[in-house]
Amino acid sequence: MRLSEHVYRTISSIAGPLLFVQGVFSAQIGEVVRVIAPDGRSMDAEVLEIEGDTVLIEVFGETRGLDIGNTSIAFSDSIRKIPLSPDIIGRIFSGAFLPADNMPMFVAEKWSAITGAAMNPAARARPEEFIETGFSVIDGLNTLVKGQKLPVFSCSGLPSRELVSGVLKNARLSAGSAEFVVVFAALGLSFHEYSYYMAVLEEMQTGFVAFINSADEPVMERLLAPRFALTTAEYLAFEMGMDVLVIITDMTNYCDALREISTAREELPGRRGYPGYMYSDLASLYERAGRIKGLKGSVTLLPVVTMPEDDITHPIPDLTGYITEGQVVLSRELHRLNIFPPVDVLPSLSRLMQKGIGKGRTREDHRRTANNLYKYYARGRDLRRLATIVGREGMPDKDIRLLDFAERFEQEFVGHGNSRRTIAETLDKGISLMQQFGLELT
Amino acid sequence: MTGRVTGKILSISGPTVSTDLKGLCLYERVYVGHAMLTGEVVRLDQDRAVIQVYEETRGLASGEPVAGTGYPLSVRLGPGLLSGMFDGLQRPLRRLREEMGPFITCGREICGLDYQITWNFSALAKKQAVMHAGDIFGTVQEGAFSHYLIAGTDGYGKIAHIHEGTFSLEEALGQYDDGRAIMGCHSWPVRSPRPYKRKLPPSGPLVTGQRSIDFLFPIAKGGTAIFPGGFGTGKTILEQSIAKYADVDLVVYVGCGERGNEMAEMIEEFEDLTDPWTGRQLMERTVLVVNTSNMPVAAREASIYTAVTMAEYYRDMGYHVLFLADSLSRWAEALREISSSLEEMPGEEGYPTYLASRLSGFLERAGVVETLSGQTGSLTMILSVSPPGGDFTEPVTQACLRTTGALLMLDSNLAHRRHFPAINWFQSYSLYATSLAGYFRDTVSPQWEALQHRCREVLQKEETLREVSEIVGAEGLQDADRLLMLVADKIRTGFLAQNAYGEDAFSPPMKTFEKINNIFRFYDHALEKIAKGLSLDAVSEASEASAGESRQ
Repeated sequence: MRLSEHVYRTISSIAGPLLFVQGVFSAQIGEVVRVIAPDGRSMDAEVLEIEGDTVLIEVFGETRGLDIGNTSIAFSDSIRKIPLSPDIIGRIFSGAFLPADNMPMFVAEKWSAITGAAMNPAARARPEEFIETGFSVIDGLNTLVKGQKLPVFSCSGLPSRELVSGVLKNARLSAGSAEFVVVFAALGLSFHEYSYYMAVLEEMQTGFVAFINSADEPVMERLLAPRFALTTAEYLAFEMGMDVLVIITDMTNYCDALREISTAREELPGRRGYPGYMYSDLASLYERAGRIKGLKGSVTLLPVVTMPEDDITHPIPDLTGYITEGQVVLSRELHRLNIFPPVDVLPSLSRLMQKGIGKGRTREDHRRTANNLYKYYARGRDLRRLATIVGREGMPDKDIRLLDFAERFEQEFVGHGNSRRTIAETLDKGISLMQQFGLELT
Repeated sequence: MTGRVTGKILSISGPTVSTDLKGLCLYERVYVGHAMLTGEVVRLDQDRAVIQVYEETRGLASGEPVAGTGYPLSVRLGPGLLSGMFDGLQRPLRRLREEMGPFITCGREICGLDYQITWNFSALAKKQAVMHAGDIFGTVQEGAFSHYLIAGTDGYGKIAHIHEGTFSLEEALGQYDDGRAIMGCHSWPVRSPRPYKRKLPPSGPLVTGQRSIDFLFPIAKGGTAIFPGGFGTGKTILEQSIAKYADVDLVVYVGCGERGNEMAEMIEEFEDLTDPWTGRQLMERTVLVVNTSNMPVAAREASIYTAVTMAEYYRDMGYHVLFLADSLSRWAEALREISSSLEEMPGEEGYPTYLASRLSGFLERAGVVETLSGQTGSLTMILSVSPPGGDFTEPVTQACLRTTGALLMLDSNLAHRRHFPAINWFQSYSLYATSLAGYFRDTVSPQWEALQHRCREVLQKEETLREVSEIVGAEGLQDADRLLMLVADKIRTGFLAQNAYGEDAFSPPMKTFEKINNIFRFYDHALEKIAKGLSLDAVSEASEASAGESRQ
């Protein structure tokens, strides 16, 4: 145990973001380190591995200009922690947790380690309170509940940010809920997208906290920013009793950063070069969503994943889907037909929907309506393929009705644009569509 | 640290720590650092031992102490495990929550058994009787079960005296003639299978209440089955349905690297539901081992061993135990992470080359056995597998196929159509089907097997016809073929598909048989009509009408 900061100038080798430092007394795994370059530049770093008194350090930033003789390394004797206080609400930070809104840093009430501890499964409360997003396709068929983690699987060029900002603007909780706050983490964001999201956040009525790592900022910060966001969210939810919605965009940039760092560490690559521990790493983020028995707040997580090559079996969406409680999948085809939000109903799923809907939560007929809509739409979609082969004319009347229903369902139920629908409006719309085509509710 | 000799931490890399402590044994349990993190020795060199740490190593520093315990990673076995909920190291999660709040912090050791609870003990062994390890010497009532107390490895010798009455696990129940106490619980190393007299071939079925399993792909008591399936194919729901409705005495369920919210949901549900076979609360017959995906990886690797040892313990009392793990892939991934941090040579897709042998060694812990005390007990394993990208050619699925007796492949196309359980009827198989047919023939109906064959045939023919009908259109088919497609549709939607939430969630074999029998009665009836020259539309309308009447 050391009592003060220790400074060394004993670097033995530098390779990319990795430094070996010799003769270090009692370093800790994950210890925060400052690297001071000969020109006075100071960089953030962390202890990665320890072998006797030789320590492997990973630098978060540009290692260009470091040398062996004159660079000094200061060990802080602490793992990474962030300051927290209710004053964090309304602030914007960089991916290095520095204020990015030209305001001074707030005064910390407490410091918390960003890796967080695992929530005891015995302490978790079952997520079951409905969140109204205003989009029929989510509220009606893939209902989001408090404490859930529901990713948006998008493809490049699809309006995932419009969907997310729509949710941000419209999301409402049932009456009598706790205070509602949005924590927003942007990873590898281009300036263009940054300005879009900032405009949305400023327009919002609810409080927010933002962590922004731009596309040209250090890759390491992409691994930190979501942890800052979730640590903040846990604090606001479980200590301040608020309902927190965490939005992380884009998890694909996170995973690519993870791969980049893993390769630099010369770790054994797994599928498509992503590290073998990516499942556990992603779980350490996603699993922080939830509710706790006996406490008021909740952490709900809405990450955005852009599927590389539109491939849902790519390791990033694949591992995400294995951890999260469902997924909202966007479709290029619907987008081409000018349908917004272009959510493909068939592969989308909300695993926690069953408990969040029905009498006392949404409406008594919710489950039945949703099951019927899904069933008829799936049949209509099946028939489309047949219709292209045998032609519409050759099909029985019942099938033609299903075909027409599927089309109108896409245009009117799924694609209602940015207009906000309440859950009652959503269900009524679905029922009236089925009635129009003479489809019986079973 | 206790009085034991301690060493120092030399190096740390992820969950792997090496120490200069001498005198450790391979797989010995150790305490690492000031925080007393739990670890296990995985490699020994002349001057250092490599330890796999079961908890978060962040904040651990070189030079911190390491102490050995002298015994391997073990679980405590005794009354009080039922309706319990443990982590991968058998720490009771409910008591952990009481002691340290909603989040799990490191380095807290709590015994899996509660030593405060008292049990009403009745002796089964007499004074002067000679005991051997594995013998049953007494019983306590654990909930609805007679919990037979089994002598541990040190439980041998002549009984000098044995008490009856109320005892806690801290108190001796009696004494051997050399002065050693007879205790109500004992430890067992998780990686060693518990011994038995001999293994018997699986004979009776494990009725799951899922029609597609019981009818098409039955699982035997003492057998092993896997469900591979991509995400969203309903693995967890199917595992949970089986946990709820299977006709076994006890269920040990491992949530291995899966979702915390799902576990919370499951616990609440199990507390509400009753066992359809006995009418008692479901939780009473269940032991849960939970190591969610964000809990430490090394403990995830250990969790299935911890759980299976507890399952074997109840098997040794002569119970039929069902072991369910969700998901085995997460266990294999944990093995891979540990292996790569030990810098072992990787095999296929980075998994260690010993993956297949570890897996088959583990799967062989299932079976029907004659226990050391002469009872017959069984341990059935039903495991889910999560192949990356839904690709079944990956190493974990393939390694399982070599040892498991049933494969129930979950199909994402069926799942997208909301056909649940999404068991693909073409690719799944059960090696137990023929040996179990006799049971169903005797207890349910002599026609069971014949209908099973017809059912498969219809589904297979439908597949061929579907291809044709996609080209020529359904109208272009002959009436007999259209009828077959109609019947296949009835089988798929009305028989194989089963809602996991409604009343239909549990289908006992008799109901299963009646359902399929009705479908084939309709088929035979309609075939006759068509042979007489009636059109299919007339036939199906008539049958719909009669079905409507019979419902009223």
